[in-house]
Amino acid sequence: MVEFDFFREIIFPKLMEGTLMTIVLIVLSVIPQVLIGILIAVGRVYGNKVISRLSLVYVVFFRGTPLLVLLFILYYGLPTLGIYLHPILAAVAGFAMCGGAYQSEYIRGAIQSIKAGQMRAALSLGLTRTRAVLFVILPQALRRALPGISNEITYLVKYSSLAFMITVIELTGAGKIIAGRYFIYTYIFTLIAAVYLVLVSVVTRVQKSLEVRYRYPGIESGGR
Amino acid sequence: MEDIFELLVRAVPFLLQGTGVTMSLVIGSLLIGFFLGVPMAIGEVYGGKTIARIIGIYVWFFRGVPILVLLFLFYFGLFNLIGLNLPAFLSGMIVLGLRSTAYQSQVFRGSIQSLGRGQMMAAESLGLTRTGAIIHVILPQALRLSIPGWSNEYCILLKDTAITYAIGVMEIMTRGNFIATTSYRPMPIFLTCAVIFIILTYGGIHLLHVLERSVRIPGYDERTKEAIY
Amino acid sequence: MEESRGPVLRVEDIRKSYGDNNVLNGVSFDVKLGDTKVIIGPSGTGKSTLLRCINHLDIPDSGKIFLNGEEVHGSKKNISKYRRQIGFVFQDFNLFDHLTALGNVMLGPIRVLNMSKEEARELARTELDRVGLQDKADLYPAQLSGGQQQRVSIARTLAMNPLLILFDEPTSALDPELIGEVLEVMRNLALSGMTMVVVTHEMGFARSVANEIIFMENGKILEQGPPNKIFYQPELERTKRFMHKISELYGREDREPQVAENQDNERRDNELEDDV
Repeated sequence: MVEFDFFREIIFPKLMEGTLMTIVLIVLSVIPQVLIGILIAVGRVYGNKVISRLSLVYVVFFRGTPLLVLLFILYYGLPTLGIYLHPILAAVAGFAMCGGAYQSEYIRGAIQSIKAGQMRAALSLGLTRTRAVLFVILPQALRRALPGISNEITYLVKYSSLAFMITVIELTGAGKIIAGRYFIYTYIFTLIAAVYLVLVSVVTRVQKSLEVRYRYPGIESGGR
Repeated sequence: MEDIFELLVRAVPFLLQGTGVTMSLVIGSLLIGFFLGVPMAIGEVYGGKTIARIIGIYVWFFRGVPILVLLFLFYFGLFNLIGLNLPAFLSGMIVLGLRSTAYQSQVFRGSIQSLGRGQMMAAESLGLTRTGAIIHVILPQALRLSIPGWSNEYCILLKDTAITYAIGVMEIMTRGNFIATTSYRPMPIFLTCAVIFIILTYGGIHLLHVLERSVRIPGYDERTKEAIY
Repeated sequence: MEESRGPVLRVEDIRKSYGDNNVLNGVSFDVKLGDTKVIIGPSGTGKSTLLRCINHLDIPDSGKIFLNGEEVHGSKKNISKYRRQIGFVFQDFNLFDHLTALGNVMLGPIRVLNMSKEEARELARTELDRVGLQDKADLYPAQLSGGQQQRVSIARTLAMNPLLILFDEPTSALDPELIGEVLEVMRNLALSGMTMVVVTHEMGFARSVANEIIFMENGKILEQGPPNKIFYQPELERTKRFMHKISELYGREDREPQVAENQDNERRDNELEDDV
């Protein structure tokens, strides 16, 4: 359908650049996203009334709002308030905030699935609440939330494509530009679909190996 | 502040028309997903290895590829290839519907499998055919069990409709963007869009809760607590 | 350092209610250095709540707790300071599932006492050795039997070098054949001079190890005294009836040799005929 040279000279480099940008977006967003998730989850479970309610509001807002709207607010809206974000920064911020809300739900579920006795034992040793959460609760909760967290990262991989809507030339954007120029939409986007499928499988594989690495006996039942 | 208020007053009706479009997209896609997803789930559970494998590939594809890519692929690519000249709205609904099929089929599959073999065995031992058993015994239960999964799918679909902006569907996002760019006041407009989506999301969740409660079977509770999705 | 002559623990008029339910109705007692106090009584009479009030896992509605003369405050900043001096052994062990036995014992020293990892590890190995589990150090709680888990839990409290240890029905959740190994550890602990307050139904242990038995019911102390008295010459009718019931359930011969003399046996038999 398309000559190999054409592919090699023109298409491949552009798509590679796009893929690279996609990977950059993902890598930059993962840690902030999970951190926000942890913070919000801990705030909801262990915070006082004010913090707990604020966390709930955060979750309601960022789960109820489409990512696209959020990205537009960050990139097109903020400038009217004098805040000019680089498109990549706006994208990462959007992914982190939105994804963070979803992550917090997974992590909160995991925290609440841990037996109450764990906290009591930690406190009875003299650990402060903060330390108890840090060294006893979270290590267990995060392991339990791993499937959910990875699921969310899979979504991150896919929704990174929306960064194109705020002018970041990641994979989908690069594809649209080339496809539009040479009218080879089907070809290009089939390729692109394949790349995303690969990226998603990579995430799943990493998740599986993390689950194995950080498993401890008794994790499913939470001990006896 | 005043002119923002004026702006909003003029903008809201326009946005609400977009809401109509958005909700049509959501409901249309959900229905497509439902009427394709249920048979697909049944096929996957009862249809044998080959069918299950094919369905598996379908699901893997439509769950792994981003919506934006799917939209571009179908609207600009495949439909043209076939010679189909569908308007953006319909294209969007079809794509979202196909993707929803993939997710919903997994939800239903999970529900069906969580029922266990016992139900089917009992039905068949009474003399019901496979089909009859599925219709009269399995489905009524599995459908109820899937309502939470439906709730989830509704939320996701609702937000994904905003992405159809990229192919020009005149839903909330597109209209919002139009007003924002012509009035140079993106913040209040986009925030209003966000609020509209939030209301639609939680309103829908609430309705689905009501639905769930109205079809609840007394005493059935605890086994339905299993996370199905 | 001045030796404190006063009691290690003083509990003064503790009261606690959950809604309408008055769980503790004014409980007071002292614990001196080296004491082993055993609290007995019908289930649901607030014994566990009392223990949890002592280290403020539950906050008493009124009353005071004094540790070595200092009042235990409920303020968030200071409570950790007190808790680290009070060991607590739970009925369902509550070992940290994500850590090995060694890790469980090390956590407190590292994160509360700010020891270095190597020091903590040394200490943990010593304590695990003390409860007889040195070869299980690298196993996770899920891989240990109930009795082993409870012993690790005791080692965990010992590693903090507490002033006293509270035991909340430490053997109630154990299979019968595992109870002995835990009681053995507790007995050795008591004999070595550790100050202990134990809520239990294990009468054999109480009779042979306790230096005072406290009988509680309905959130109040009904009677207290040395084992000989409580077991064989209780003052109150109620105490008598309870002891009889317990002996029925758990068997008089239990796990410890008889201490009473023949004369007492006769007198007891006669009394029992009257009651029953």
